[in-house]
Amino acid sequence: MKKTVDATGLACPLPVVETKKALKEMSRGELEVIVDNLVSLQNLEKMAKQLGLAHKLETISDNKHVIQIAVSEKQGEAASPSEETGTRSSGGAVVVLSSDRMGNGDDELGRVLMKSFVYALTEMDPLPAKVLLYNTGVKLSIQGADTLTDLQKLEGQGVEILNCGTCLDFFQLASELGVGSVTNMYEIVQSQMEAEVIIKP
Amino acid sequence: MYRLTEDLAIVQTLDFFPPMVDDPYIFGQIAAANALSDVYAMGAVPKTALNIVCFPEKMDIDILNQVLQGGSEKVVEAGAVLAGGHSIDDVDVKYGLSVTGIIDPKKIYTNVGCRPGDVLILTKPLGVGIVCSANRVGEASASAMEAAIRSMTTLNKYAAQVVRSFPVNSCTDVTGFGFLGHLHEMLGDSASAVIYSDQIPHIPEALHYAEEFLITGAAQRNRNFLEHYVQIEPQVPFGIEEVLFDPQTSGGLLVSLPGEAGREVLTELEKLGLPCGIVGEVVARSEKEIVVR
Repeated sequence: MKKTVDATGLACPLPVVETKKALKEMSRGELEVIVDNLVSLQNLEKMAKQLGLAHKLETISDNKHVIQIAVSEKQGEAASPSEETGTRSSGGAVVVLSSDRMGNGDDELGRVLMKSFVYALTEMDPLPAKVLLYNTGVKLSIQGADTLTDLQKLEGQGVEILNCGTCLDFFQLASELGVGSVTNMYEIVQSQMEAEVIIKP
Repeated sequence: MYRLTEDLAIVQTLDFFPPMVDDPYIFGQIAAANALSDVYAMGAVPKTALNIVCFPEKMDIDILNQVLQGGSEKVVEAGAVLAGGHSIDDVDVKYGLSVTGIIDPKKIYTNVGCRPGDVLILTKPLGVGIVCSANRVGEASASAMEAAIRSMTTLNKYAAQVVRSFPVNSCTDVTGFGFLGHLHEMLGDSASAVIYSDQIPHIPEALHYAEEFLITGAAQRNRNFLEHYVQIEPQVPFGIEEVLFDPQTSGGLLVSLPGEAGREVLTELEKLGLPCGIVGEVVARSEKEIVVR
């Protein structure tokens, strides 16, 4: 469901009042609000942040600004205050893949489980905000890995895929990276500090 | 300020604006209290006032009479004389006053001059902008509007009389730039301030309306301007944060005076019956000009 509120010509707090009304009538989907000044846009942004709704801002001209707000059923709980919205609403979860196997015990079973885990991730709603890969986890995003397609699919839907650079160098796999970007320890730590939930299979 | 003799100077101010309440008589009172406020913030005594009126020719003239009646009563309460004024035809109603006051130039309060060791005292509750904004969209309760009107129609005369007997280092009245905006000006570039978010006198409903985002564009403009000077600690509730940026009409005096005197001044101010408080302290200049805890 997609809905548009044209709040041009309205002075604060009316754009917010109209937006709140529209949000109440929606259970999920995307709400687009058009305003004619930057300050109204900032007030709407503040509201979206406080409500924990994913949103995206766009300035079309000096007197046309648009905010797109993603509405999910669990609004205010799982939704992230992040400014990115994918093609699907993205949550505040960060998935940490620190190994190319899932769980301890049998290695072969662990690989099968991991492939299945990454596939299942692509079916989640909301999607995680980020997937962090380190240690043997980076082997999941190289050319020829059976998880590559699913990770690429996640990336295509706006999920950030971050691979540990040190680890790629260690395994001499840097040239074979098939998805996502290369990151450092600082970002690995910060992503986890800022995460609403961390999922580590 | 214009100095006439060694110990006598005149100060002049002017302020006028469109109505923020429906009742014309109350609007007149608020506009006058607001215009007189500047004079009190300088530590001066108002003596004469001139009306400034914009009014649509086609509108009921009785409304204008009520506005002027409200204004005139506040000028009388201030002990000043309404000496005339000027009106023009306009599409919207606007009203205000130009006020002249007198003062001993050696005793004038500056709006820049906070010193480390001072306490900051606010003499009226914050949040009237948010409450009026909620009222415009029919969301304000009668009691919230009553509290806002009571605060806006109260002359700063009485608070000024209280602080006059203490050694004031800096004083201003809180208006359009909001509490933090006016504080920023008072601190100049030689001091910083720590604000106690749990000690801010405010209209209780204002927090609730702020959390419903019934906030003004002017508050966001204040926020944009002050961003680099103010650090708000994460535990400060969103509602209070908005109240601190909220533009005030006929707001209270913000007074900076040595810490020892703080408690005594507050006791006297509390007797006036409006929410007031010691809202923070002035410290040596540090990296962030204002920290809200």
